[in-house]
Amino acid sequence: MNAARKLACLVVLSVCALSLAANWLAPSGYSKQFRDAPGAPPSREHLLGTDEVGRDRFARVLYGTRISLLLAPAAALISTVLAALVGGLAGYLGGVWLRLARGFTDLFLSLPWLFLLITVRALMPLNVSPIVSVLITFLILGLLGWAASARVLSTSADALRNSDFVLQARASGLHGLRLFLIHVVPNLKPVLYAQFWISIPVFILAEANLGILGLGVAEPLPSWGSLLRELEGLISFREEPWRLVPVLLLIVVMTSFQLLLSNEEVTA
Amino acid sequence: MLPSKAIVWQSPLARVAGKVARRLATIAALVLLGGLLSATMVRLAPGFDADERELDPSLSAESVQALRQARAGEHNIVGFYVAYLRGAMRGDLGISHALGQPVQSLLRERWPVTLRVAGIGLLLAWLMASTLALTACLWQRQAYEIFGITVSGAFLCIPAAVLALLSVILEAPGYLAIALIVFPKIYRYSRNLLAKAYSLPHITAARARGLGEERILAWHVLPVAGPQMIALAGITVSIALGATIPVEALCGLPGIGQLAWQAALSRDLPLLVNLTVLVTLVTLLANSGADVMIHMLRPREA
Repeated sequence: MNAARKLACLVVLSVCALSLAANWLAPSGYSKQFRDAPGAPPSREHLLGTDEVGRDRFARVLYGTRISLLLAPAAALISTVLAALVGGLAGYLGGVWLRLARGFTDLFLSLPWLFLLITVRALMPLNVSPIVSVLITFLILGLLGWAASARVLSTSADALRNSDFVLQARASGLHGLRLFLIHVVPNLKPVLYAQFWISIPVFILAEANLGILGLGVAEPLPSWGSLLRELEGLISFREEPWRLVPVLLLIVVMTSFQLLLSNEEVTA
Repeated sequence: MLPSKAIVWQSPLARVAGKVARRLATIAALVLLGGLLSATMVRLAPGFDADERELDPSLSAESVQALRQARAGEHNIVGFYVAYLRGAMRGDLGISHALGQPVQSLLRERWPVTLRVAGIGLLLAWLMASTLALTACLWQRQAYEIFGITVSGAFLCIPAAVLALLSVILEAPGYLAIALIVFPKIYRYSRNLLAKAYSLPHITAARARGLGEERILAWHVLPVAGPQMIALAGITVSIALGATIPVEALCGLPGIGQLAWQAALSRDLPLLVNLTVLVTLVTLLANSGADVMIHMLRPREA
């Protein structure tokens, strides 16, 4: 692991640790309103000032980071499992199953990711409790984000199906699910890991986009998407530069993820 | 002994025609399926039957009944889709529930805005990305490499909607936001493709023979990296089209992206189905156009 990757790993782990310690580090809860100080600038009580309704911005950044950083991997796990089921099994079975799976993934991939995401999210109830909105948002990310990974996995599984060791295993009498689980899945692991790690930053960005468009996590629960929505009211950077902290934090975390993923994995 | 296989000779024209016919059939099937998928999703969405207008206390029971009757045709999704396809054959794409206008006229009004914004954005993105990638590969100095990776990496880390918001704050045109959303993706791939092409042994041989860099690029690098760059161009159309949604919605540009956002928020079934069909069609045509170009440039490998 080179120095840049070590540093990136350290940054991601530090941000995760800070967000997990939000209960102790944050001066107040994410929804507590300081009605006498709405839109206050940074001070000793409020390190990043308060938002338009008087909530401590530092506390909201910590809690929002926790939600985005913990649930994006959960969504990535769902999408990777789905990709393994659709792409991996289709590649292993081959023939008409592979053609069907590829047709289905092509259909998903022919729609721009943001268009599909916004349409499906808008079809779900918007006037729900904050917790339900978090679950809906990240479930949708997981359930819709599998197509590209499935395409990669179907190609890898197709190559494995025709490999010598699978042919030998077949000749030895191993068939069906047993052959798939014992010989194909272990060889798909590197691709599965790569697809899982690639999906995390993609889902973090997607949640941020949904949040800014008003289709993400519902108030008062914070997430990076809802925190970035605050930028809508910004007139110039010089007036309130501390409002850019959530964007800068997102950029730092995303850059760290990029450094963590090797070039080969990103272009896979 | 090898199994005998009948070899049927086909003229190149017939081969190309066959490929084009197959591709068109695939596009038609995917577009129809995309429309059906969209219609099904809207129909199955919770609260599909709810209509805000029914809450208006000034409406009589007969008026509320009439509103329900008007939407009754959309309950059977297959029936709705067949009726929609019949109408589309006659050039009637239905009426938008939310905007109360014919979908056809909405698309006709808004398509030029999206075409202009996405088109200029895409051109700018390709210009920036290819200039940076070529500079990095031609001069092979670490400074260019680091600059390209840093700039593209920075834009890759910013959500599309944040770039749209920043363009509003900085009073920059919407197409610049689209260019900055698409640019890093083009740069990363084209840089890798060019670097791979430049590392081939025949390039070293050409350099050893004293060939100029321009000649190497035109005759030895672009023919290798070109087909994949064309395929990338097809994919970037889809990326730019997706980027128009946050850019047009947040910058207040009345294009297809803003229309898609409005249609999604108001669960406008006729509009959503038409937009899905349109977006799928444009994406598939762009990818197929790229494939045809690759086939024309390198018929044996395509």
